Amino acid sequence: MKKWIWRFAARDTRGNRARLALFVASMVLGVAALVSINSFGDNLRGAIDEEAKTLLGADLSIESGSPFNERTEAVIDSLGGIQSRRTSFASMAYFPRTGDSRLVTVRGNEAGFPFYGSVETDPPEAASSYLQSGGALIDGTLMQQFGITVGDSMRIGNIAYQVEGRLLQTPRESAAVMLFSPRVYVPLARVDSALLALGSRADYEVYFRFEDDRDADAAIDPLRAELRDYRVGADTIEEERENWNEALTNLYRFLGLVGFTALLLGSLGVASSISVYVRQRVQTIAVLRVCGASIGSTVWVYVLQATAMGLFGALLGSGIGVGIQTMIPLILADFLPVDVAFRISWGAVLMGSGIGLGVTLLFALLPLLSLRDVSPLSALRSTVESGTRKRGPAWWATVAVIGLGTTGFAIAQAPTIGMGIGYAVGILVVFLALAGTARLLMWALVRRPPRGVSYTVKQGIANLHRPNNQTLTMTLALGLGTFLVTTMLISEHTLVNQITFAGAGESPNLIFYDIQPDQVEPVRATLEQEGLPIMSEVPIVTMRIHAVKGRTVASLREDSTARATWAHRREYRSTFRDQLTDSETLVAGEFDGAYSGQGSIPISIEQDVAAELEVETGDEIVWDIQGIQLASRVTSIREVDWRQMQTNFFVVFPDGSLDRAPARYVMMTRTNTEEASAAVQSAVVRSQPNVSSIDISLVLGVFDAIFSRIAFVARFMALFSILTGLIVLAGAVLISRFQRIEESVLLKTLGASRSTVLRIMSVEYLVLGVVASLTGIVLALAAGWSISRFVFDSALAIPAGPVLLIMATVVALTVVIGHLNSRGVYDRSALEVLRSEV
Amino acid sequence: MNTAASNDEINSLEKPGVDREEKRDKENFMFDSNQEVLSVSGLAKTYRSGSKPLTVLDDVRFSIKGGDTCAIVGPSGSGKTTLLGLCAGLDSPTSGSVTLCSHPFGSLSEDERAEVRNEHVGFVFQSFRLIPTLTAIENVMVPAELRGRHDVRDEAAALLKDVGLGDRYDHFPSQLSGGEQQRVALARAFINKPDILFADEPTGNLDSETGEHVVELLFRLNKEAGTTLVLVTHDLELANMTQRVIRLRGGKVVSDATGAGQSARQVDRIQENFVGV
Repeated sequence: MKKWIWRFAARDTRGNRARLALFVASMVLGVAALVSINSFGDNLRGAIDEEAKTLLGADLSIESGSPFNERTEAVIDSLGGIQSRRTSFASMAYFPRTGDSRLVTVRGNEAGFPFYGSVETDPPEAASSYLQSGGALIDGTLMQQFGITVGDSMRIGNIAYQVEGRLLQTPRESAAVMLFSPRVYVPLARVDSALLALGSRADYEVYFRFEDDRDADAAIDPLRAELRDYRVGADTIEEERENWNEALTNLYRFLGLVGFTALLLGSLGVASSISVYVRQRVQTIAVLRVCGASIGSTVWVYVLQATAMGLFGALLGSGIGVGIQTMIPLILADFLPVDVAFRISWGAVLMGSGIGLGVTLLFALLPLLSLRDVSPLSALRSTVESGTRKRGPAWWATVAVIGLGTTGFAIAQAPTIGMGIGYAVGILVVFLALAGTARLLMWALVRRPPRGVSYTVKQGIANLHRPNNQTLTMTLALGLGTFLVTTMLISEHTLVNQITFAGAGESPNLIFYDIQPDQVEPVRATLEQEGLPIMSEVPIVTMRIHAVKGRTVASLREDSTARATWAHRREYRSTFRDQLTDSETLVAGEFDGAYSGQGSIPISIEQDVAAELEVETGDEIVWDIQGIQLASRVTSIREVDWRQMQTNFFVVFPDGSLDRAPARYVMMTRTNTEEASAAVQSAVVRSQPNVSSIDISLVLGVFDAIFSRIAFVARFMALFSILTGLIVLAGAVLISRFQRIEESVLLKTLGASRSTVLRIMSVEYLVLGVVASLTGIVLALAAGWSISRFVFDSALAIPAGPVLLIMATVVALTVVIGHLNSRGVYDRSALEVLRSEV
Repeated sequence: MNTAASNDEINSLEKPGVDREEKRDKENFMFDSNQEVLSVSGLAKTYRSGSKPLTVLDDVRFSIKGGDTCAIVGPSGSGKTTLLGLCAGLDSPTSGSVTLCSHPFGSLSEDERAEVRNEHVGFVFQSFRLIPTLTAIENVMVPAELRGRHDVRDEAAALLKDVGLGDRYDHFPSQLSGGEQQRVALARAFINKPDILFADEPTGNLDSETGEHVVELLFRLNKEAGTTLVLVTHDLELANMTQRVIRLRGGKVVSDATGAGQSARQVDRIQENFVGV
């Protein structure tokens, strides 16, 4: 490259460096987001690698959803090593002092586990003392919620425990998991065996520690196939590490994509700023061409400037990103199983900077390519149109590289290829839709300007169409921010609304389950005593599929060409009754509600499961109910509205078909106050300790807690885009500052007062803010509808007040930023402006 | 302008920083009065105005020999500036040909035409066209740097001193008056010792006194360097200072007065008055 190009590129930035720095500012936060997330991700991977043993807490674990059979016990024996067993199940915990009861996950532990890492408790010694004393450890949040203190008594089933300490951190569980179901640790030997009776759901685990340094994977791999036949799983440190790595990599990569959105928005800001910048450089370029500069060298001058600018922005963004990285462990704390130390990942810094520089250059190239068309004739006549041909092959090639690069990056970053492509398409659709809607609204304003309005309003609207206007960029910047915030708000509202709706009105809001046949009567009596209605009483029989259409599930799983899905493998909880419920609609066949005892049992199956199992009416399914095989024939297929708050089933048997099968019952009722709910739960758990209950309001609370944590993380990442949008907005206002000064001077010369000029500017920013926020909201409604329809399968709920508040905030921000960046416009001397060179 | 100052300015061309060997080579190479520097033949330029074609130049032909001075005059819209642009290779004609310093533009690409300009042409614009981000001296250096020459600062400084801006090297265009800016533009036009200088209304944006000063400089530098001068103007007084006046009307050459005695006399008179030679 010729020396003069370097020299001229440097000289030409004089007097523009502050402006160029502002262009760069719009992509700085995007780079910062990428660097911080990916650097954190590298640290996280490192932490997981380092602490892989403590994640599992052992060298190997063997797990089953039912007690181990003899053969599995033999395998466990043969593996040797030091072993520690654990049994986990859901049950009601009752606290006599406060009278509270709550569904918890009980873990019955033996001494030894965790072999690596530790259970953190308060007081610390409780982590091991409860095993000797026969006491219990309880999730700290639950203790706080019910005002339980160390030394209190707790009952699970028919066994009473003394609370010895609060659980702070446990292996294999993050804080978020605790929210779903609080943990209670008790010694395995003191678990009420009645709670583990036939038909109860419990997880049985054995943890191993091998002191002979043997390879746990090599030891267990040959046995996996056999164990799988008994529905027994095995987990090693390596697998546990991979599982966590995969889950957390997906999480931070997803967040990285949100950060990348900010970078793309910032790059659009860069492209727009450079577009104006080079248009203001046309005369300089024309003079260079007259003096003998080649087309290529003039383009290179500005490519060099853009490169320097991108490099500066990338480095600055990386620096900020490293700073932000220190905050991420705090934000994601609830989702992390390990402590993540702070280390700068130079790989992530290099990648973030490289992507930032690359994206800036590509977006800058779009306007820079038009420099090739600057005619030297422009130096003679300023009216000569230069740089108007923008969309030649090189322009399209650049757009293609941007599109492919974005898609490629999204695929590399996203958890799955589908998500990556979805993201790229989604972002394209959002940008196009924002630009399209904004243009449409602007077009409408031009074509049908408001009639009968004052001159200031007309002039303010007309200003949005001034030459070199930044209207589209500003609309994109503001619109994207509004879109992100509003979409999140609508999604959250729709989901909350769905659950609130489900628990509202006259539908049940308290569910008792795991009721044994002989407990039905006493539980019913307790409910009636409390004055509560029995709204539903449903028997449930657990079963698995033995064969479908003549082929056993075992043979399907062995056959690599056959399809064995979750529907083939899962444990079904089915019921029997003589009619359909309100939430069910027949889509095929006839519902048969009675069984005569002859031939195959007529069953009704839910349509999604039918599709998974590839069965139609008339097909045969053989069930395995605790070792007994039962032949059935599909006579109807149902659509089930799962949102209805009642017991819904994949498979419904007719009356008379499962009378002798071991059944558990579910009862539903409705309480109108929290106190009534607590009172009846306590009454039931006191008399029938194995019966569990779920209070819908508690579910709502848990849901709200979980969602608000996820929403907080999402909002944090969206913040990058919103701040980028504001920077792009500020930049766009500054770019057109000179034009506004010229307009202001002209108006001043014609006799406009300061307040008139200010009013015109206010109208301009007001219209811009309204159009941009309206565009964002319209798109957010569309996105919200799609999410509610296809993800939540529910009706769209629009929080009108908050949405209007968002709109008002965006409009106010636009007006304020606009005025702040236009300060002093009116005060410029007319003569000074008219004499200065553009 | 006083005579003493002018003599200093002339001598400055021989001062340190100016490569005398190079200047001698250049002089040897320069087009003399027997060689055609610019040849225009059958030149036409048509634009589309809406759906209708608008002919701005029609069958223009003339040639200019080395060292000549020539003015292109005509009323507004007669095609003067278009002709100048075509002669300098800034635009392509609809038909006809332009040969500049033995380079037929018709067969050259845009970049090749730019190279020809860099090597042979100097340009002065009505609105100066200095690059606002460069200082006065850096503006003067641009054509030389484009040619790949380095260390031309002294040469540019000498030229600036020659045009009376010896104390304004590091001023930016916005810090200079119109007359000063045009003098910087003149220095820029001569840095590469061009064979031909094109000037588009060089005094159009200046008051009459400043304009006269610039004209005096233009003619003096032109004479000293032996450069061919083609200027576009509607100022007849300025036009009559050249040896030849081409009149355009409606895109056609309506008169081509070569060797007008009074013009030569006027040049001498102006040079006596302003240059003192």
